[in-house]
Amino acid sequence: MNTTVNNKEQFTVNNKEQFIEEMRIKTPFGEETVASLKCGQKVLLNGVIYTGRDAAHKKMVEALERGEELPFDITGQVIYFVGPTPAPAGKVIGSAGPTTSGRMDAYSPLLIARGLKGMIGKGPRSREVIEAMRKYKAVYLGAIGGAGALLGACIKEAEIIAYPELGTEAIRRLVVEDFPAIVLIDSTGQNLYELGKAKYRVSP
Amino acid sequence: MKIISVQEIIAAVEKLCIEANCVLNSDLQAALEKALSTEESPQGREVIELLLRNAQIAAEEKMPICQDTGMAVLFVEVGQDLQVVQGSLTEALNEGVRRGYKKGYLRKSVVKDPLERVNTGDNTPAVIHYDIVPGDKLIITVAPKGFGSENMGALKMLKPSDGLAGVMNFVVNTVDQAGANPCPPIIVGVGIGGTMEKAALLAKKALLRPIGTSHPDAFYAQVEKELLRRINSLGIGPQGFGGRNTALAVHVETFPTHIAGLPVAVNINCHVARHRRVVLEGRESADEHHS
Repeated sequence: MNTTVNNKEQFTVNNKEQFIEEMRIKTPFGEETVASLKCGQKVLLNGVIYTGRDAAHKKMVEALERGEELPFDITGQVIYFVGPTPAPAGKVIGSAGPTTSGRMDAYSPLLIARGLKGMIGKGPRSREVIEAMRKYKAVYLGAIGGAGALLGACIKEAEIIAYPELGTEAIRRLVVEDFPAIVLIDSTGQNLYELGKAKYRVSP
Repeated sequence: MKIISVQEIIAAVEKLCIEANCVLNSDLQAALEKALSTEESPQGREVIELLLRNAQIAAEEKMPICQDTGMAVLFVEVGQDLQVVQGSLTEALNEGVRRGYKKGYLRKSVVKDPLERVNTGDNTPAVIHYDIVPGDKLIITVAPKGFGSENMGALKMLKPSDGLAGVMNFVVNTVDQAGANPCPPIIVGVGIGGTMEKAALLAKKALLRPIGTSHPDAFYAQVEKELLRRINSLGIGPQGFGGRNTALAVHVETFPTHIAGLPVAVNINCHVARHRRVVLEGRESADEHHS
């Protein structure tokens, strides 16, 4: 079972008036964790996550279509849409911020149906992905796009576990510590992009 | 006539690739700090704080600011009184990119064929735009372009009757459609006029102008201001989480066009907006006295 701990510091450096509760959560996700993650919730992820972007997603879905197994047991897992820069000497990984998630929309529903519980990326998702997230109970998290150096520093272990020929696009097993993210779309379909924009939009 | 060797060019490009990717330009740093002071959305402010912290970590640890270290776009101004010696200029520029991306531990993000999609392994070839200019200098700008933002660009051949309103609506709609994808707060480059490819190139070049500077023509300076106001009314905000700072700047570049046309191109840059420039001086060639 996953434990959740509240953490109220961080993100509040210059916003002392803001009281923002952050939830420290463990990966992989159980049903209870997914249900607890509501749109707009800030989280700090701890544990194992897997990387995968365009080419790896294509390969995974092609493998499933051929009736083959995925390169890792996807049940409860979290996939981070990222293609890191190479690790310099003394580091486990280079810069590692999220890539645009929309390019994975064609592949995510099938992976969600197979047990994927979390995705980390940036940008909106298709209706099909959100429907799959609601049906099978999964959550979409956002990491800060372009904060690759900061996010890379939260990655403590990195190992290529599949498709090494894809280079930066290979599937890596990462161990993360207090990796900051925000719930963009929760398992009920609530969407931070829509709610956030509506709040600040004036007639353009 | 002056000369410059390909070795000097290779070394310069190598350095520019690494610097552009690891050190945030000072104009952008200032623009983000200003955005932090004006942003109304608490989530938006948190995003900007994280971006500033990220830039600091990147500079201190010599890490790329963003993992998408881009396709290398090079603008090269070649003085017509300068001769490149000991090799090919284009080869030298690509070799500089190859070395910079290796030495700087930058990501290799280029595939050889757009449909077969096999990585070239060294981030070449670069996209190189040449201008022949008066003088004997070689001016190189390296502008690595990530595709989170590049994919959100758009081009439209408007009718002359669409006028300024049509141009502005197209720009604002393009940014609205892009939403969170190009990593706002963004820089918006707009190219108006010329032909189809000229408008696209103008939009890209517009991204090189320092943030905080306006178009020299008062009319277009006002257009930039109004576009920025409208874009920042969209509510997209930093990272698309909602807020007032969707764009840090809008830069417009124009060119004469045909009586039948009004091409408009929009090229969006993310908040990292990388570009670095160097001016290389040629040296006197040994056989100068013969000429």
